Amino acid sequence: MPGPAPDERIRPEGRRNTQGIRVDPEAEVTHEPRQAVLSALVKHRPGVLSEVSGLFSRRQFNIESLTVGPTSEEDTARMTILIEEPEPGIEQAKKQLQKLVPVVSVSELEPEAVRRELALVKVGGEKPDDVNAVAEMYDGQAVDASTDSVTVEITGSKQKIDAAVEAFRQFDVQEIVRTGAAALERGPNTLDKDD
Amino acid sequence: MSERASVPKEEADEQETESEDAAPVTTGAQSVVRALENAGTEYVFGVQGGAIMPVYDALYDSDINHVTMAHEQGASHAADAYGIVTGDPGVCFATSGPGATNLVTGIADANMDSDPMIALTGQVSKEMVGNDAFQETDTVGITQPVTKESYFASSPDTVGDNVSEAFALADEGRQGPTLVDLPKDVTQGETDIEPKAAATPDTYEVQEEADDEAVQEAADAFAAADRPVILAGGGVIKANASAALRELATEYEVPVVTTMPGIGSFPEDHELSLEWAGMHGTGYANLAITNTDCLLAIGTRFDDRLTGGVDSFAPDADVIHVDIDPAEISKNIYADYPLIGDARKVLRQLFDAMPRAPEADAWREQCQDWKDEYPMEYEMPDDEPLKPQYVVETFSDLTPDDTIVCTGVGQHQMWASQFWEFTKPRTWVSSHGLGTMGYGVPAAIGAKLAAPDQEVVCFDGDGSFLMTVQGISVAVRENLDITYVILNNEAVGMVRQWQDGFYEGRRMASEYPWIPAFDKLAEAFGARGFRLEAEEDVEETIQAARDYDGPSVIDAHIDPGENVFPMVPSGGDNGLFALQEDHLEML
Ligand SMILES: Cc1ncc(C[n+]2csc(CCOP(=O)(O)OP(=O)(O)O)c2C)c(N)n1
Repeated sequence: MPGPAPDERIRPEGRRNTQGIRVDPEAEVTHEPRQAVLSALVKHRPGVLSEVSGLFSRRQFNIESLTVGPTSEEDTARMTILIEEPEPGIEQAKKQLQKLVPVVSVSELEPEAVRRELALVKVGGEKPDDVNAVAEMYDGQAVDASTDSVTVEITGSKQKIDAAVEAFRQFDVQEIVRTGAAALERGPNTLDKDD
Repeated sequence: MSERASVPKEEADEQETESEDAAPVTTGAQSVVRALENAGTEYVFGVQGGAIMPVYDALYDSDINHVTMAHEQGASHAADAYGIVTGDPGVCFATSGPGATNLVTGIADANMDSDPMIALTGQVSKEMVGNDAFQETDTVGITQPVTKESYFASSPDTVGDNVSEAFALADEGRQGPTLVDLPKDVTQGETDIEPKAAATPDTYEVQEEADDEAVQEAADAFAAADRPVILAGGGVIKANASAALRELATEYEVPVVTTMPGIGSFPEDHELSLEWAGMHGTGYANLAITNTDCLLAIGTRFDDRLTGGVDSFAPDADVIHVDIDPAEISKNIYADYPLIGDARKVLRQLFDAMPRAPEADAWREQCQDWKDEYPMEYEMPDDEPLKPQYVVETFSDLTPDDTIVCTGVGQHQMWASQFWEFTKPRTWVSSHGLGTMGYGVPAAIGAKLAAPDQEVVCFDGDGSFLMTVQGISVAVRENLDITYVILNNEAVGMVRQWQDGFYEGRRMASEYPWIPAFDKLAEAFGARGFRLEAEEDVEETIQAARDYDGPSVIDAHIDPGENVFPMVPSGGDNGLFALQEDHLEML
């Protein structure tokens, strides 16, 4: 075939990064990941959770936690999803989520939103008083005790729970369960309206 | 087409009249069929089976034509092609378990190409679901990732509504496949509730028109461009926006590149056409895309086969991206001007908002120079075997403009798309996003039934053809006038091309010296078979196959060494396409 070979053709100077964004040809630019809290109102019906979790695994979004529970309305549930992604990934996650048929609305919460998670920690029962003392430091309380074990409940931010779990390691930790975050916007605004 | 042939004629007549009176539904299955009738279904493609039998039984009394396929994969591809050609959802049926799993390839294919389609699958009775019952499969679970939505029908009273909704959803907004899984007790169960009219669920919102202000900004940017290009994707065809595209392009004199699924959206014989871009697109399309400073991309998802490496895709361009699906905006290529809406409506908005035509005389000249410099050519030395490009080109020259071209997947697909001249939308029926070998044989069946008055040709590879060859029996039974042309290189040629180019010629599992005599195979199925080897016989053989009233198969023995060029290596830079083997080494 005629025509100049590859290295003899007109070439533009420009360049895009791996996210498809035009960048300075000299600079190495990508968006750093950040954490985002997505709050999704979904139709409460069988299969929704697998649809949402399937979406996140299929699209390889980096998911930290996902919690789901009923709302004040019978046929809707709210999911709180923590993801860590570069900005375009977060945008894409929102849009893909919104695209699912049973999803009513999706919003990203402000960083100062109220975020709570719950942990139950079961430790050995040898030093119940010490366990109680540590629990109190983290506003937790013992919710079950036997001769061999004490189970403590802690609620709060992820950081607080991380710290509490760390503190409990001095006792013989037998089991831990954590919920992942549930979150709501601060102030009078509600998320129930599409925004 | 009737599959009730065994019913005595009088009885059959009686049934016809009965169904015209539209007797009230009494079962879930009848409600399913009623929903399909209400949606205007003319054909369904499927295979019988235990769990879907109640629905077939209800179909017995309906005017809907059922086409029994030889394999469920074929049912889903035929429905897919029917959807591409008509623009309305194609319908396929399968029984539970293996029937449903056999459909999955076609569903996934439709999903990748946004083809409107609805799949109805039988399921074991609800009380057996979850027990690993005979022929049970979690069809909703399997298909959820590859549909717009998969429904599990839970009651005879609502199953018709499920089907209506699935139909509407397959068609509205960005088209795609939907599925309704039908437990046998639900379809057998009694109900007197007629299905509701087809409507999408209230959570599904589609924005039809783009924001006026955003349109104005985009139009201003486009008018100010020195090197504007329109990139037309499959979405242009889906939105019936080809006329609007032509108006915009010709009024403002902007060169048009299409994507591969966008083939037919803009006439390839038009002077502004640069044909299609991407891995095996024309050199001039790829150079225009690489050097444009403002790209108006419509209804494309920027697939990697189009973009090559994103870092080198239209690196100087402001991108205006028109799409009905907001999730496509900035997914792969950042959109400087996102315009969400129906392609046809947004193109009209843009047309009206353009302050002036871009001043792009020099650019158009440049594009023309590229066309002259890098023509789509192939060599045809006298003593060499038949060239596939020549077969395609000759066929294209002989047929009317509205001829529909279907393909399998591989080199033959590329030659068909490169050397056929497409001038009309909905005449190119191929598997793009999924790249499904075996697509061609059943797709041609769906296409022919969708457009009985148009000529249908299927270019297939020997490997692809073998994957769904049993479909020829269907074409014979339905007496479909389709010409299948196998560009036979006794290899899965596209794989062999990559092995030669990128794996030091280590041809592992790519050569097929054991393939059957396809002309004889065709005859065994009851079709006409032709064997084609010499260049001088090409025209005559094609004419003979076209003249035959029914399916014919031309086994064209082509040069096994022929490769597809131009080529942009996977993830490469579109501007650096290779025109021949040794260019690949330079890249
Ligand atoms: C179902 C399926 N399996 C495997 C592939 C991988 N593949 C892509 S192209 C190709 C070769 C196709 O061979 P053939 O149909 O003979 O066409 P040719 O390339 O020779 O024209 C193969 C194996 C595929 N696309 N689809």
